[in-house]
Amino acid sequence: MGVPAVADFAAGLFAGFFEWFGSLGVFSWQVLKAAVTPPYEWRELIRQLDEVGSKSFPLVALAGAAIGVVISLEARYSLSRFGAKSMFPATLVYSVIQVMGPVITGLVVSGRVGAGIGAELASMKVTEQIDAIEASAINPYRFLAATRILACILMLPLLTIAADACGLLTGWFAQAMVEPLSFRQFIESGFHGATFNSFLPQTFKTAVYGLIIGLISCFQGMRTSGGAAGVGRAATNSVVLASLFLILADVVLVKFILVVFP
Amino acid sequence: MATAYDNAVKQGVAKDDGAAPAVAVGDVRKAFDGHTVLNGVSLSVRRGETLAVLGRSGTGKSVLLRLIIGLERPDSGSICIQGQDIAGLPLDQLGEIRKKMGFSFQHAALYDSLTVGENVAFPLRHHRGEMSKSDRDECVNELLAEVGMAGNLKKMPADISGGMQKRVGLARALALKPEILLLDEPTAGLDPISSGEIDELILKLQRERQMASVVVTHNLHSARTIANRLAILNQGDVVIQGTYEDLQQSDIEFVKEFLKLS
Repeated sequence: MGVPAVADFAAGLFAGFFEWFGSLGVFSWQVLKAAVTPPYEWRELIRQLDEVGSKSFPLVALAGAAIGVVISLEARYSLSRFGAKSMFPATLVYSVIQVMGPVITGLVVSGRVGAGIGAELASMKVTEQIDAIEASAINPYRFLAATRILACILMLPLLTIAADACGLLTGWFAQAMVEPLSFRQFIESGFHGATFNSFLPQTFKTAVYGLIIGLISCFQGMRTSGGAAGVGRAATNSVVLASLFLILADVVLVKFILVVFP
Repeated sequence: MATAYDNAVKQGVAKDDGAAPAVAVGDVRKAFDGHTVLNGVSLSVRRGETLAVLGRSGTGKSVLLRLIIGLERPDSGSICIQGQDIAGLPLDQLGEIRKKMGFSFQHAALYDSLTVGENVAFPLRHHRGEMSKSDRDECVNELLAEVGMAGNLKKMPADISGGMQKRVGLARALALKPEILLLDEPTAGLDPISSGEIDELILKLQRERQMASVVVTHNLHSARTIANRLAILNQGDVVIQGTYEDLQQSDIEFVKEFLKLS
């Protein structure tokens, strides 16, 4: 590949990058306008809350439970080495609620819901179902996108609480299997000195994850073209981009929370 | 600035009887990725009139229908629906105009997650909120009976044939009692008997509802049966429009060849 070809490729990549962000900006504006003006699509919102929330619950609970056991095993081993076994409950509580619970929930939902929304909307797009909605005088940004994005925003914090609860329960259980530790003791010690600021901002930051997952998967789905291959691409891109932006957003959010809620 | 209606009157397509035509397309140009699809198309349709648009594949017939319902925006020119130019209208205002229009897609574009009955009820549920469930069900049953699909309420779109899907798509397009009906290839891919049935159905609807209709078709026999006037598109422009007899008397080489081979 010669220098001009490389330059062309780089220019194309650069233009594509800005075109994608520009289109995302326009899409976000359309969705925001549609979301805040009546008529409101309550029925579809409730359907999406069920789709995103209750149908993701088993997977999120399982992921949270697994993380609880892993952190429990790792923490017990590490704390024993430094003679700080008494710190085990607090370590588990803070690790699960502040760090792992939100991120794992975000990534699991990004995989399940992001791929689902991306593929569903892309399939509707290539079979002209979105055009049919628009031709029926229904705003697809309101009916399809705003409802799904709002459902993701509302459900992520609730799913995170569920994942945290499962993680704490299985983490305690894994510890109690080795050394006697009552659940009450574990909770009292783990949450000793904790305030709302210790946990609430970390839990509710996942609403931003929900925004990212919903927005990117709806955007990727509704801009699809190219038949079955396009549907596959939209599903893959939804998961990959939502997960990537979710992790990047976490960096910003963690710093923000540390500054605002010290 | 001359409106589409003025242009249509100037070209002798519409008669100036004081009332604006139901659909007036004036000097519309549309290109995709630098490829010109429509190059100054003008035509108009009055209430109770059916215009069939014919032409070779890829000459922009379907694009013309999508422009009329606002699914695409023209690069230049005007599209007036009952005297109102829709070219620059925002989505929600366009929605109000679309409530007066019904669009039947070439591949039906039924919502594949909804039953046949739910597909037909979809526009009613959104725009006739005041309707009780029993009234809505009755309306859906009447519409399905009208298109010869009574008794298929609970079937899924995937479980019915292409011809049946087109009928359901037509019932959905008629749900809001439109004043303008747009049909994209209503008989494409159907056997002669099913095509004839669809033609009969369109004629019956015209007699009963007096809508303005634009029908895009490849089928000259069908066009002669259902339309008052025919327009032939070639290379992005209307080559001729008039009655079938007008077309037969034309000296234009393309028209002669088109009629001979159809």
